[in-house]
Amino acid sequence: MLRLDSVSRRFGEQHVLDGISLTVPDGQLLSVVGPSGCGKSTLLRTIAGLLPAQEGTVTVDGTPVTGVPERLAVVFQEYGRSLLPWLTVRDNVALPLRRRGLGRAARRAEAETILERVGLHGVARRRPRELSGGMQQRVAIARALVCRPSLLLMDEPFGSLDAGTREDLEDLLLEVHRADETTIVFVTHDIDESVYVGDRVVVLSAGPGSRVVRDLPVTLPGERDQITTRGSTAFVTLRTEVGRAVRAVRGAPPEGPR
Amino acid sequence: MTRPDRETGPEAGAEAGVRPWSCSRPYRDGPSGVVRGPVRSRTAALVPGQVRARSPFPFLLRWSVFLGAGLCWEVAARARRSVYFPPPLRIVRHALDLWFSGPARHLFLSSDAVGTILPSLGRMAAGFALAAVAGIALGIAVGRSRRAYALCNPVLQFARAVPPPALVPVFVVVFDVGTPMQVASIVFGAVWPVLVNSAEGARATDPLRLQVAAVLRLTAPERLWFLILPSALPRILAGLRLGLSLSLILMVFSELLPGSDDGIGFTLTDAMTRSDLLTVWAALLLLGALGYLLNTALLAVEKRLVGPGSPAGRTV
Repeated sequence: MLRLDSVSRRFGEQHVLDGISLTVPDGQLLSVVGPSGCGKSTLLRTIAGLLPAQEGTVTVDGTPVTGVPERLAVVFQEYGRSLLPWLTVRDNVALPLRRRGLGRAARRAEAETILERVGLHGVARRRPRELSGGMQQRVAIARALVCRPSLLLMDEPFGSLDAGTREDLEDLLLEVHRADETTIVFVTHDIDESVYVGDRVVVLSAGPGSRVVRDLPVTLPGERDQITTRGSTAFVTLRTEVGRAVRAVRGAPPEGPR
Repeated sequence: MTRPDRETGPEAGAEAGVRPWSCSRPYRDGPSGVVRGPVRSRTAALVPGQVRARSPFPFLLRWSVFLGAGLCWEVAARARRSVYFPPPLRIVRHALDLWFSGPARHLFLSSDAVGTILPSLGRMAAGFALAAVAGIALGIAVGRSRRAYALCNPVLQFARAVPPPALVPVFVVVFDVGTPMQVASIVFGAVWPVLVNSAEGARATDPLRLQVAAVLRLTAPERLWFLILPSALPRILAGLRLGLSLSLILMVFSELLPGSDDGIGFTLTDAMTRSDLLTVWAALLLLGALGYLLNTALLAVEKRLVGPGSPAGRTV
């Protein structure tokens, strides 16, 4: 379980996060939406222990986060920068396995299994740059999954992919989530996407000083489909509601001290 | 101290033998030895190694200016019959006689070559290797710590700004003329560009990749080996190339001093005192060829490591 207790963060005088409290039960896929610059990435990096919370606490499974927690994985938007171009796809995925004390052959075998699982066949020995953007992001997802994380953070992971690739990867994410029941925090600025993949959607207010302004459970069936789910009344109602909330925070005057 | 001034002639000649070939390369060497601007351009045409592949002229045509200049010199020297400027063909023949007329089992090196070229090359190799190891290690260490960089940067800028040959007198006093002094001169001349460029390379490691390393919980050695060193590699190699040309300069310069008794630099001064200009020119030719060969060898290594098609060659 992931718990945030009135987490705040400032850069200088400017509040980026202003008292964010959230509880994410095990196995939930939480979508976080908000206008750009609202501190979504800062929130994610704070949960990951990459940035210390200045006020409030973040706890993962009851342990306060001070460094990067065990069994946490992050998928960044910039797949091109997040993968290491001088390693093969397989070695990129196998890299986090080194600390498990596995031999090289075992690490590679495991990496190849995970690559197959994310739908990448026969690219193990290629370099990341030889792959398309969508495939590179699949590699990054494979690298995140290879250590069987209990908490997976995703920072606008599909933000720079074309629509078709994006839909495929959304479905891959849902599949992985259903199978592993990993707790996932999925940050996006795409309202439809937040509803489509999420079990729950949280809307952050526009920065500076973002806080949670809306917290909606997604009442869609677990089995989702790009065509029928997106066409269903429940989906449309939800995306309208989230959309309204996002529009409201974008139009509202900035909150917090200036 | 008129002597070092007088001796800048051959030194400049040695440098000229190395530098022109780096002009067509994407590395722009700043006046004080730091590589300026982005080392690796996004345009593929500027990736090291591809320059040669995309050269608009075939091999022979590219060397035609070189050959043409030699020909002009040959014709002019024969017409003038000046003792100071012998024709190039005579210089080449003289150089071959002096150094490459030995038996086949000695790789055609004459005993004179063994006594002249090998000591020079040995000192240069030792000096350059020490400078490379120390420069990369210290440079990465300095570049990885913001505090260390802030504290060391003024010292580095100062040390780098001192013209390396000016340090030679210090080592003459400390070690007396001989191999230790010559190696020390090379090390202290060549280490700064390697150090500064390695530090810049390590400092420029992508912050997102450092976050990735933190999230993957890589250990410090893993982070160094899998992330920082490969990221800094293009800059390290650029520093090594600057260090190599400085090594050659300092190798010759330190051998020019009175008291040294072997090496190419000694051959130069020795021939000068005997007014044997043919040998002086032959030594210059040898130095130019050596500089060119060493630089070409390093470029080949560079192409393998960071060129197109190599693992790191596809870095952003």
